[in-house]
Amino acid sequence: MLKHLLVSAAILSVSLTSASAETIRWARAGDSITMDPHAQNEGPTHTLSHQIYDSLLQRDMAGSIIPSLATEWAALPNNPSVWRFKLRQGVTFHDGAKFDSEDVVFSLNRAKADGSEMKELLSSVKEVRAVDAYTVDIETNGANPLLVNNLTNMFIMDKGWSESNNVMTPHDVAKGETNFATMNTNGTGAFMLVSRAVDEKTVLKANPNYWGKDIYPNQVTEIIYTPIQSSATRVAALLSGEVDLIQDVPVQDLGRVESSSGLKLATAAQNRVIFLGVDTANGPTADLRVRQAMNIAINRDSIKKVVMRGQSDPTGVIMPPFVNGWTEDLNKYPKYDVKMAKDLMAQAGYSNGFDIVLNCPNDRYVNDEAICQAVVGMMAQIGINVTLDAKPKAQHFPIAKGGESDFYMLGWGVPTFDSHYIFNFLVHTQTENRGSWNPTGYSNADVDAMIVSLESETDLAKRDATIAKIWAEIQKAQMYLPIHNQVLNWGMRDNIEFDVQPEDQPHFQFLKFK
Amino acid sequence: MLIIILRRLLQAVMVLLFVALISFLIFRFVGNPVESLLGQEATVAQRAALENALGLNDPIYEQYANFVWRALQFDFGNSYRGALPVAELIALRLPATLELAITSAIFAVIFGVITGIYTAINRGSMMTNFILSTSLVGVSLPTFLIGVLLIWLFSVELNWLPSFGRGEVVDLGWWTTGYLTVSGLKSLILPSITLGLYQMTLIMRLTRAEMLEVLRQDYIRLAVALGQSKRQVYFFHALPNILIPVITITGLQLGSVIAFAIITETVFQWPGVGLLFINAVYFVDIPVMSAYLLLVGFAFVVINLVVDLLYLLIDPRLRDGQLRKEV
Amino acid sequence: MRRFLQSDFFYDFSNTPVAVVSFVVFMVIILAAVFANFIAPNNPFDPASLNLMNGFTPPMQANEFTGEVFLMGTDDQGRDLFSTILYGLRISLFVGIMAVMLAMVMGVTLGLIAGYLGGWLDTLIMRFADIQMTFPSILVAMLIYGVAKGVLPPDLRYEMSIAVLIVSIGLSEWVPFARTVRGSTLVEREKEYITAAKMIGLSKRQIMLLHVLPNVLSPVLVIATITFALAIIAEATLSFLGVGVPTTKPSLGTLIRIGQDFLFSGEWWILLFPALTLLALALSINLFGDWLRDTLNPKLK
Repeated sequence: MLKHLLVSAAILSVSLTSASAETIRWARAGDSITMDPHAQNEGPTHTLSHQIYDSLLQRDMAGSIIPSLATEWAALPNNPSVWRFKLRQGVTFHDGAKFDSEDVVFSLNRAKADGSEMKELLSSVKEVRAVDAYTVDIETNGANPLLVNNLTNMFIMDKGWSESNNVMTPHDVAKGETNFATMNTNGTGAFMLVSRAVDEKTVLKANPNYWGKDIYPNQVTEIIYTPIQSSATRVAALLSGEVDLIQDVPVQDLGRVESSSGLKLATAAQNRVIFLGVDTANGPTADLRVRQAMNIAINRDSIKKVVMRGQSDPTGVIMPPFVNGWTEDLNKYPKYDVKMAKDLMAQAGYSNGFDIVLNCPNDRYVNDEAICQAVVGMMAQIGINVTLDAKPKAQHFPIAKGGESDFYMLGWGVPTFDSHYIFNFLVHTQTENRGSWNPTGYSNADVDAMIVSLESETDLAKRDATIAKIWAEIQKAQMYLPIHNQVLNWGMRDNIEFDVQPEDQPHFQFLKFK
Repeated sequence: MLIIILRRLLQAVMVLLFVALISFLIFRFVGNPVESLLGQEATVAQRAALENALGLNDPIYEQYANFVWRALQFDFGNSYRGALPVAELIALRLPATLELAITSAIFAVIFGVITGIYTAINRGSMMTNFILSTSLVGVSLPTFLIGVLLIWLFSVELNWLPSFGRGEVVDLGWWTTGYLTVSGLKSLILPSITLGLYQMTLIMRLTRAEMLEVLRQDYIRLAVALGQSKRQVYFFHALPNILIPVITITGLQLGSVIAFAIITETVFQWPGVGLLFINAVYFVDIPVMSAYLLLVGFAFVVINLVVDLLYLLIDPRLRDGQLRKEV
Repeated sequence: MRRFLQSDFFYDFSNTPVAVVSFVVFMVIILAAVFANFIAPNNPFDPASLNLMNGFTPPMQANEFTGEVFLMGTDDQGRDLFSTILYGLRISLFVGIMAVMLAMVMGVTLGLIAGYLGGWLDTLIMRFADIQMTFPSILVAMLIYGVAKGVLPPDLRYEMSIAVLIVSIGLSEWVPFARTVRGSTLVEREKEYITAAKMIGLSKRQIMLLHVLPNVLSPVLVIATITFALAIIAEATLSFLGVGVPTTKPSLGTLIRIGQDFLFSGEWWILLFPALTLLALALSINLFGDWLRDTLNPKLK
């Protein structure tokens, strides 16, 4: 009996290793929150969804927009507030259902529904119409020249499948809801979901009927995705060859990964800025001079050198360089100046400092807790006594978003590559569908109006001027203290050819083996 | 006799009800169901309606009774995060934890008994002193550090053993096992050592103490005097006498092994209930937390009960009141 | 009689090298922690005194930016490791001692009551002990932590995290005390001197405290030392799970958690020195406890 078992075990292990030539074993720190593609607007969640679902258009590994389910798109020449999309023909969903304009109309409306975290991206959309089976019009409130930028993470689901499984609307994660789509998928993407155990393992296999079969390399036949929380264990898994690709190599281990034979590092600037939010409505930080003092008391260079080991790009604005509206000038960060900071504190009447709590995640950004810890020391230099409260992201985000915090860390990626995305979430006054991530109490009616006007401004030069004006206001108000833009480091086997995508989203149909 | 058993059973039920009460209180008050279902903007009327619908306005003992009744049917509600019934989620994860706990217990018993006997027989030898002092080093370092050091040595530097997960598992339908594949077995080694080291030290010290005690007994001296070989004496006379307390302790420790698996599972990304619990704490997934609590409580009470009843059967002297020799 | 016992005790002690060495090591660590502010070159808990640029300085080497030299190097925030270990020891020892006190007071009181008074009170306490055993320190800590976090304001987080550690470790370790004291009390209760005490009309409380307690104390002392070592390690473990003290005021366990991040990258000192300190502390307590047990209760040997 035992012998029999051993033999079958041996056979099993042989058959398992032989199939692994085109399998990619992929790990990162956290798992996707849900498979429902509209329920969350969060990096790791979108990344997994991108393997299974397609959007109308997507960003390639370099970050430029390329066709996906739509092949052509343009605003109507006679009416700039209507965008017309020509859809790809002959595409089928994983269950065999045909993809057509009905699915697009359904999906975009679903993404606008209650419970969707994607609806802010579609706040300018008035109506989505099917013109014929393979043509869709999106009408916006006034012309929106940059609408397409908002669609790169807007995934298309099958209408029929959603109806028969009763997932017509996204589930609201914050309310603890779930639905069939939380664990089941039916997309048009390059990979199909084989099995998923939350926080444990997700297996995907190549979609044999993928529409992009002849367009992209498509060398990966299977993806095994494992979240590994402990960074030491994650690096160990890469170093010992148990995984092929990890997205988040801790900065202290970069040297080790690079010098290991059989492994290599791929590095690129990330489209994500890290900053601290400050309450502008109440307490000592309501005084602009205090915020200015805090801003120049942050020694960004030493954070880069010591905490980030050179793997960051210090900045003076909460906008990564990829974003439309970014300028060298805005990016310049203020000189570290403790003396002047102390003067400002004294002018504000806080020469003896004050107490404040800094809320910080400890599992979301690169060295998030260590950065906050360094900030505690820097604030102490000017008399501010900071208590650090570091928590896992699931507990931190509600605090940061809910306005309970006077001082908190946040990171912001800009999938639209346009300033409007930053303004709409972080700067606009908190209302029903705008400013959901602006708990600082900053509220400026003029700025709000300018933000809304961006959505329908067709004159791009004029639009850019408005963007510059809004940035000037933000820099004046200083409700956010920018720290740096993150640098991405993917560690992988050296037989893999894979560019680092600036949104930290590997799209595995692009991966090539050497 | 029957009355004692019944009384013991009744006590076990009381303990379980108390554990259920704690679990219920957490479920009911730490994770406010209304807040999490409605959000901040809800009106007072909406709140009241939902409270009624959920039965939150019933007397608290009725709610508790309902909770226990549902728990008896394995109904703990849905996990916020896993989007599955909690019972199903735990059933999926339980094999991983049980295999880890059992493997580490076997490791702990085998090595603990062997070294315990060795150090009892060879008192004062170099090897004995070495084993005794290294075992103390093992319990003087926190589990997570031992795990990380093992990963560093055996996975990263030597590249012998896997650093995370269960390897390939075979799905038997109702159970997933890592015992049937090479990678599954290899994956078990480091986590089992990490989890079992502490128990091993306990067992070794207990075995040693019991062995020393037994070796002093007259019948052992007699056996030696009668010219039986030492090996025969140790293994046929002494060993059976010490196995009962050793196995008892191991059994009693199984509950806490499951709880301590939380740390080992975190370090090794072992997909068991411990990791499920830790993530539930991080994600404030209250139904999972309270169900896990009940699970650990249940396992512990059952183990305790079985041990007590076995003692009762084995040792009639205990039947008059006091049950188990306190350990 | 007493003096004789003491001298016998001391004779045994001075003739057991392991006992002497472990006791000396333990005392050195205690004294170093108590006088940390005189010994430590820096105060690592004062964030204003830190210079981030000192981060990751290897032991006894000059920092490449600031030129400063540190005996045991610095951690990732530029804190002098030697000073941080001394200050961290204070927290670890404080948590350990308070937790043991809590466990001891609870355990001995309940054990005495259960053993001496017996009856339904005995059953109640011992079943309660069963329930307690169901919740190992990790679970208790996570539960208390979860509840306290919701109830208390974040400004109190530091005090709270220390209190959570003490209460959760203390609560989960009282059972061995109670069981041992109860067992010994059951034996003592039947002895003649207790009957005599009853005859002269002493109250139950007086008998328990003045007559039973002194005679069951030696096993309590042994358990206390072992629990102390357990408590210090439990503190480190809970820090690893994120329940411990904040990184701005690290305990020994928190330091080890920070240090293990740098295990693969070659900054070995950040893990090594705190880990060695913890090892020396726990090992000396355990060895001393072993000797104490063997001496006070030869039968257990």
